[in-house]
Amino acid sequence: MIESIENVLVGNGLIFGFAIVGAIMVIAYALSKYATRGLVHGSSIAILLGLVLAYIGGRLTGGENGLSDVSLFAGISLLGGGMMRDFAIVATAFGADFREIKRAGVTGVLALVLGIFLSFTIGVVFALMFGYTDAVSLTTIGAGATTYIVGPVTGAAIGASSEVIAISIAAGLVKAILTMALTPFLGKYIGLDNPRSAMVFGGLLGTTSGVAGGLAALNPKLVPYGAVTATFYTGLGCLLGPSVLYMMMRLIFGG
Amino acid sequence: MVIYGVAILAVCMIVGMLLGEWLGIAIGVEANVGGVGIAMLILIIVIDRLKISNRLSEPTQMGLGFWNAMYIPIVVAMAANQNVVAALDGGPLAIVTGIAVVVISFLAVPLVSRIGKEKSESIDEGGRPL
Repeated sequence: MIESIENVLVGNGLIFGFAIVGAIMVIAYALSKYATRGLVHGSSIAILLGLVLAYIGGRLTGGENGLSDVSLFAGISLLGGGMMRDFAIVATAFGADFREIKRAGVTGVLALVLGIFLSFTIGVVFALMFGYTDAVSLTTIGAGATTYIVGPVTGAAIGASSEVIAISIAAGLVKAILTMALTPFLGKYIGLDNPRSAMVFGGLLGTTSGVAGGLAALNPKLVPYGAVTATFYTGLGCLLGPSVLYMMMRLIFGG
Repeated sequence: MVIYGVAILAVCMIVGMLLGEWLGIAIGVEANVGGVGIAMLILIIVIDRLKISNRLSEPTQMGLGFWNAMYIPIVVAMAANQNVVAALDGGPLAIVTGIAVVVISFLAVPLVSRIGKEKSESIDEGGRPL
């Protein structure tokens, strides 16, 4: 009986993975709604839960692949693997409208480029302070300071260790959560009350879920303006991270 | 058809990844360089062209929209695959970095917003140097 259940779940790993992630999302959105009264976006909590499960999986098995090292949950590695991850990231570009990008104008593009370099630099500075000196780790943690997608994409491309990739994801996650949580309170102090500043905000912060969640709680009308630039941030970061930024780091720190 | 949207996505990704591989070879990096980013740029241009010529049907958009919406769940699954134990053993770097990035980025918002405004105002005032 138990064995047959296990056979079905392991044999249909990817499908079970959909069910598990679905269950995580239900719990996360319920926590978002009832425990934080919508303050922290459900997707942020879901990712946190994923990391917690990865922690538990890692502690239980001593492996390097989080929850998917538990044989019952191996299907999670298919759903959350590199191929599906990259496919879904490309799909997010579907949310960006070319005419809206033009409307965002020079200021938005400026904020976008500034935002990536600013976040990356801060990430690198802190990575240095914490004792990382190799170009690959510095680039990956710097990229993680942009978004939790750019970090792992960059890290995977340039061959960073799983530990460094996990740190980069965690840094991006802290950024996304704080952006969601702080924007409704601090928005008025940084002039976040018009489309222009919303576009700048999206470009500088760049975390799509953070910006969209934060602006939705501050003023829903500003969401598309912030999202216009933020949607491009991760793509631009994925483009710059393993190329221009990695090259810069190799020039400075060798490798 | 829904599969058209998924196929557009797939072709954009394959082409982007291929260009990323070639770019990597060209600049001497043993890795795919920006394949995902290039794929996104290709997708945006392709979608724009299809929208202009009115060939982006509702089912096609559903095929694209589904994977767009699967982004967060896949990221959740990806999070569940990570070596969190090692990350936490690596210290509070992630938390400190995350906090610093958000605080400094927030402070930069009014500054960068002003850069754009000053430019347009300087035109109104007859090009007075800033």
